[in-house]
Amino acid sequence: MAYALQQLINGVTLGLIYGLIAVGYTMVYGIIGMINFAHGDVFMIGAFLSLVALLGLSALGLSSVPLALALTLLFAVALAALYGWTVERVAYRPLRGSFRLAPLISAIGMSITLQNFVELSQGARVRPIEPVVHGGLRFLQSGGFTVELSWMQMLIAAITLTVLGLFTWIVRRTPLGRAMRACEQDLKMAGLLGIDTDRTISLTFVLGAALAAVAGLMFLLYYGVIDFFIGFVAGVKAFTAAVLGGIGSLPGAVLGGLLIGLIETFWSAYFSVEYKDVAAFSMLAIVLVFMPTGLLGRADVEKV
Amino acid sequence: MNHALPDAFRRALRDAFLSALIALGLFGSLVGLHVAEGDNGLILATRPVTTAALVGLVFLGRFGIVFWSARLGRREAYREKRVIAETLTRLGRFLAPGLLLLALALPFIGGRYAIDTGTLVLIYVMLGWGLNIVVGLAGLLDLGYVAFYAVGAYSYAILSTSFGLGFWTCLPISGLLAALWGMVLGFPVLRLRGDYLAIVTLAFGEIIRVVINNWVSLTNGPNGITGIPRPTLFGLEFNAGPHSFARFFGLHPSPLHRVIFLYYLILGLALLTNWVTLRLRRLPLGRAWEALREDEIACRSLGINITRTKLSAFATGAMFGGFAGAFFAARNAFISPESFVFIESATVLAIVVLGGMGSQLGTALAALVMVGGGEALREGLLDLSQSPDFAWAGSAAGDIGEYRMLIFGLAMVAMMVLRPRGLVSGRTPSVALAETREIAAELVAEGRG
Repeated sequence: MAYALQQLINGVTLGLIYGLIAVGYTMVYGIIGMINFAHGDVFMIGAFLSLVALLGLSALGLSSVPLALALTLLFAVALAALYGWTVERVAYRPLRGSFRLAPLISAIGMSITLQNFVELSQGARVRPIEPVVHGGLRFLQSGGFTVELSWMQMLIAAITLTVLGLFTWIVRRTPLGRAMRACEQDLKMAGLLGIDTDRTISLTFVLGAALAAVAGLMFLLYYGVIDFFIGFVAGVKAFTAAVLGGIGSLPGAVLGGLLIGLIETFWSAYFSVEYKDVAAFSMLAIVLVFMPTGLLGRADVEKV
Repeated sequence: MNHALPDAFRRALRDAFLSALIALGLFGSLVGLHVAEGDNGLILATRPVTTAALVGLVFLGRFGIVFWSARLGRREAYREKRVIAETLTRLGRFLAPGLLLLALALPFIGGRYAIDTGTLVLIYVMLGWGLNIVVGLAGLLDLGYVAFYAVGAYSYAILSTSFGLGFWTCLPISGLLAALWGMVLGFPVLRLRGDYLAIVTLAFGEIIRVVINNWVSLTNGPNGITGIPRPTLFGLEFNAGPHSFARFFGLHPSPLHRVIFLYYLILGLALLTNWVTLRLRRLPLGRAWEALREDEIACRSLGINITRTKLSAFATGAMFGGFAGAFFAARNAFISPESFVFIESATVLAIVVLGGMGSQLGTALAALVMVGGGEALREGLLDLSQSPDFAWAGSAAGDIGEYRMLIFGLAMVAMMVLRPRGLVSGRTPSVALAETREIAAELVAEGRG
């Protein structure tokens, strides 16, 4: 019982990180209907930017942990957003209105580029960092096993929920959010009604990259070790989460992320660590066979 | 000569300055600052010169592009583009026979290195033609093609090392097993379309790789399978033994014989793929594939069995992937899960898309450019470094090895941005009423499956 509760806590933490990345995928997909393959790598870049910032701040002699974390978050979010913007400008905007596979290939190329860029500039192997936040809340002891909810996990949950709340507010209440929703419904019509669609799409990428950078910082703090390849694995999982939740749906992305995180954690805990990815992907296939548009997705209307 | 020049100059300068500012943000944070190993834990190191060079490069590059396009004007740029496209189309008629002749003659005119590179390129040509059936003809987006390649390779490796079966017995078995797995993948995804299909096929590819990696008793896990027997030519082996090819024909034994034999083997397999595809396009099955790509609803309305059409496309494509996999295992004599990662699927898909989706010649050209291009560049630089004036080229060739994947990724983006419809953007339709005329690739649907 205690063991299961611990797994639940771990799974939710992992799921929140996936959810943050998945939101970026689902948003971009909703507006321009493409899989932004480089999104996972923007997440990886966010993690590296956080690492660079943390090391830089400690070299400058900053000792206050909350201040350091806040500055790191700002640095990573701002620069990852710049990366997101550049990726869109360089690799996707020239292909707007082209056929569907061209941006997909361009995105895969961008993903390879970013991975190798980071490998060459930051080295192939990076040693783990010291944990920044220690300790946690211990409760429910049973059978020699103590459930621990670490401060780090609470921090991750708090930041993720804050960021997601902020994001929901942007999409629901601001003019930018209205423009984004309009573009999602009908890009051409939105353009005809005077919405600057290019700018809206750019800002969507910027927002998605910012969320991915937050996820990158969380990942770095939670696991302590990153390398240039984490973007691919996390990206595929997050995209799986987005599809599982129904692509294009924001609550669906978070729900899918939580599900994937839970499936992975419980499978590793009770069956085998090696096959956790197989479990997550099989789950995806099974859900899609019975609900081809995901859990919360809308069915496409077929027009003849 | 142009009174608007100062204006264009100023605009280009402003644009370049902004780009350089962005580049400073991008490169300053990840190239200028980098993580290094310190005495106790990680430290931060700096690389100011490289950063400055990169930012300068972006400035000059952007300035050049903006200034140049402003000078040329939109209309002339378009005309120039069209002239190039028309010339390419005209050249295309002679290109296919020329390429085939070159491929046949390569072992006689090139050295060992050229033959090895040629073999590698031909593997990708064959994979490209195999995937082309699924993506180019049937319009089903498959991101996990490497799974079938892996199934073929492991089928041959396991059957030959555990049961002692020969290459020629295993080749059809590998193909059939891969086709079977194509059907296994095909069934659950029959109802999926577009990107849902893409992600499930990608997941399928990863599942196969993870299983291969962890099923140690069957596949020897991450260590891979070694000592896979080489193919024989009607029972003649390519070694120094009594039943060797060289002994039989009274030739001086040379390791080159096997390399050349393998080259012609993959050339034959690739041409077989091409021939089968071209023939299938004339059969009702192939026409159903193309109809499916153009309009699935119309297909169903006309009574075409969608299930059978989709499954046969998956199975046929997978079968050729399996053949290529068996050849790959036989050629390398060693396989491990590392050879079957997602990048391979992405490369093959890029070859198909860059080839113009459905064009056989385009796919071959794209494989030549994508796979052979990097090798040729490296080899060219190495050759250049032989002369003392160009000693820098040697280290540049070494760098290219290191930067290979970075260049590959950038090339993929650049080629898509410059020619989104692929290298060969004209198509000969499979069915025509009176005369067969080349049509633009823009008129061919890409499929929603």
